[in-house]
Amino acid sequence: MNAVKDTWHKPPFIKSPALRYGLYAAVAIYVVLTLATLPIDWDRVSDGMRRAQRIFSGAFPPNFERSGLLIDGFLESLKIAILATVGGIALSVPLAFMAARNISVKPVYFLGRGIIIVARSFHPVIVAIIFVKAVGFGPFAGALTLVVYSVGFVAKLLAERIEEIDFGQVEAMRSVGAGFIPTLAYAVFPQIMPRLVGLGIYQLDSNLRASAVVGIVGAGGIGATLANAFGRYDYDFALAITMVIVGVILVSEAVSGFIRKRIA
Amino acid sequence: MLKITKLTKRYGSGDPVLKELDLTVEGDQLTSVIGSSGAGKSTLLRCINRLVEPTSGSVDLNGTEFTALHRRELRNARRRIGMVFQSFNLIDRLTVMENVQSGRLGYISTWAALTRRYPREDIRHAYELMERVGIAHYADRRADELSGGERQRVGVVRALMQRPEILLADEPTASLDPKTSEQIMSLLRDLASELKLPVIINIHNVTEAKEYSDRIVGMRYGRIIFDDKPGKLEKAEMDEIYAGVPAMDRAEVGAVA
Amino acid sequence: MMNAQPLHQTLDHWSRFTLRQRLMRYGSMMLVFLVVAWALSSIDVIWEWVWDAPSQMGDLFGRMMPPDPSNLPSILEAIWQTVNIATLATMFAVVVSLPVAYISAQNTTPNAVTLWIGRFILVSSRSVNTIIWALLFVAIFGPGIVAGIVAIMFRSIGFLGKLLGEAIEEIDQRPVEALEACGASRFKIVLYAIVPQVLPAFFAVSILRWDINLRESTVLGLVGAGGIGMILQGAIDTFNWPEVSMVLITILALVVLGEVVSSYLRKKIL
Repeated sequence: MNAVKDTWHKPPFIKSPALRYGLYAAVAIYVVLTLATLPIDWDRVSDGMRRAQRIFSGAFPPNFERSGLLIDGFLESLKIAILATVGGIALSVPLAFMAARNISVKPVYFLGRGIIIVARSFHPVIVAIIFVKAVGFGPFAGALTLVVYSVGFVAKLLAERIEEIDFGQVEAMRSVGAGFIPTLAYAVFPQIMPRLVGLGIYQLDSNLRASAVVGIVGAGGIGATLANAFGRYDYDFALAITMVIVGVILVSEAVSGFIRKRIA
Repeated sequence: MLKITKLTKRYGSGDPVLKELDLTVEGDQLTSVIGSSGAGKSTLLRCINRLVEPTSGSVDLNGTEFTALHRRELRNARRRIGMVFQSFNLIDRLTVMENVQSGRLGYISTWAALTRRYPREDIRHAYELMERVGIAHYADRRADELSGGERQRVGVVRALMQRPEILLADEPTASLDPKTSEQIMSLLRDLASELKLPVIINIHNVTEAKEYSDRIVGMRYGRIIFDDKPGKLEKAEMDEIYAGVPAMDRAEVGAVA
Repeated sequence: MMNAQPLHQTLDHWSRFTLRQRLMRYGSMMLVFLVVAWALSSIDVIWEWVWDAPSQMGDLFGRMMPPDPSNLPSILEAIWQTVNIATLATMFAVVVSLPVAYISAQNTTPNAVTLWIGRFILVSSRSVNTIIWALLFVAIFGPGIVAGIVAIMFRSIGFLGKLLGEAIEEIDQRPVEALEACGASRFKIVLYAIVPQVLPAFFAVSILRWDINLRESTVLGLVGAGGIGMILQGAIDTFNWPEVSMVLITILALVVLGEVVSSYLRKKIL
């Protein structure tokens, strides 16, 4: 009975003590150093608090008087989102086939993956700035931006879905001597179609969201209206716009979730 | 001694699941409660430590009236009742030792619980119990790496860590294969006599119940209709316990009332 | 529907969908077509510009080539700043989102009022975009990294809180019941039965959000909230296109590296 142990320690997650404490120390040093070098100018902050107060008191109550402008802005955002979704999907389908390891040949696969990675890596706002410089202010730049944004998301997930298809069906089609396009149409498309529809609806929702942001840098839609209001110190109108944006996003999220649940 | 009197449990406005049930358990008896699904076995067990809130009646454990307790008192009182579950209810991602020590959570400080610095006395007790049921070498393993029988042993040790005055076991062998299931039953029987601990077991397997229990309680539709030594459980009694439908039962009650 | 018809009628004819399904499909296709036609016909664009766009784009990319690395040291410094914004903001957001997740999960929230408060925090944080948060905090803290960190943090709280709350709602309740039966206090039940079950989701969600935040941090500078976006904005404003392309390449490298790191961490921890 005396031999029974009376101490116990939880086995550590990282076995090697040197590595463990080294890691803890590294994290601690990083946090302390970055926090210590944060340039917080407290005078500026207290000044900013007054400014924030001015913004908020200027923002209440929200001003819905120029609802015409608001509605126009929203309709434009909606149109941008719709066109970008359709265009994005039209580009995503061939791109997804290019970027699917099991369908595509190596060089094409790398090209497809490369395009997707580039499209995904840049935040829509950066893409929007470039497009605004290239094709001018307005909804066209916004639509192009969101096409790129949609391609990055839809093509990636669609390519992953294509890589998961049941390849037996493809072999069956090949065994009856079907060509490349009929094989895609009969053996691949039916398998990826539900996913494509689901992604399209989801993307429409996120394009609507994103179109509110890219407008801030001049790519049209409700974001442009918001940026104008903010720039002219019309904080009450800006708050009204923000509130409507939040409302529309919630509704659109609910609708898209509902439809995706129905078709799934 | 556990003394249950006139225990009634009703969910919503439906028929009561337990109907004015009386049961007394004492000593180091191993009592098996049998009955078909829906007879109220599991509700009975959970009403004892109030995981399920009884509608009316009394549950008295060694002088403490459980139904009258308020939150903190109830928590303290629950430490005196150990419970073992059908699906083991271990915390899969924690080690066996942490699972076992979680039986002591009611006693140790929050700081000790957080830092896993358990009292030496508890660690020794845990090793003794784990040694007794044959899982001491697993102390540092994660609970989900163990087999079903080993997991249930962890569940039993966790309950015993509480140094309970009574042990409740809700279908402790229903998720196990026949051989492991017999090992767990004989373990529970042996522990009952070693620790002078009354044990109440809900069980579906009547053969096992008869082999390992000192006493068998047969339930049907919220009532105890058999309560005797295992040897007294014959075919006729079995038929009565496992036959019948709720409608018939209600008709019977109506006729009596 | 088909079963009701006499057998010989059904046998010489096959179609993939029932009439109702076909109508639904044609109907939705028509709807999509009409909506697109409406959007195309009424959107406010100058179509000459659209036809001209490819050559304009080509022209712009031509001017970007070759990238100009002469300003690389300050670009890299800004990238480091961007990483710091994303990392610190994720850490703060994780800490704040824990209690929010706890009160916005149906099975752990103390009462209906706290549930409502939790949901409100999540929705307001999630519905306002990082850029809009950044506009606000630049006004408060002045231009710079602090505004960026706070903006990213505010946006992340909703994301983390929502996903963690869902993880809490999906836990196995049985260990919770077991610890209740042991007489453990509420806090210790959280510590032993809930935290271990949510931990994998916690790490996965935090890493995912860090990855997203890295991307979001690259644009903060455009509204004055620090990081690489400041340099990008400067280069665009001065039409220094070779530097713009250099910045874009660095951002690409950063994001790809971030993705590699986060997928490594995910594999390592889970």
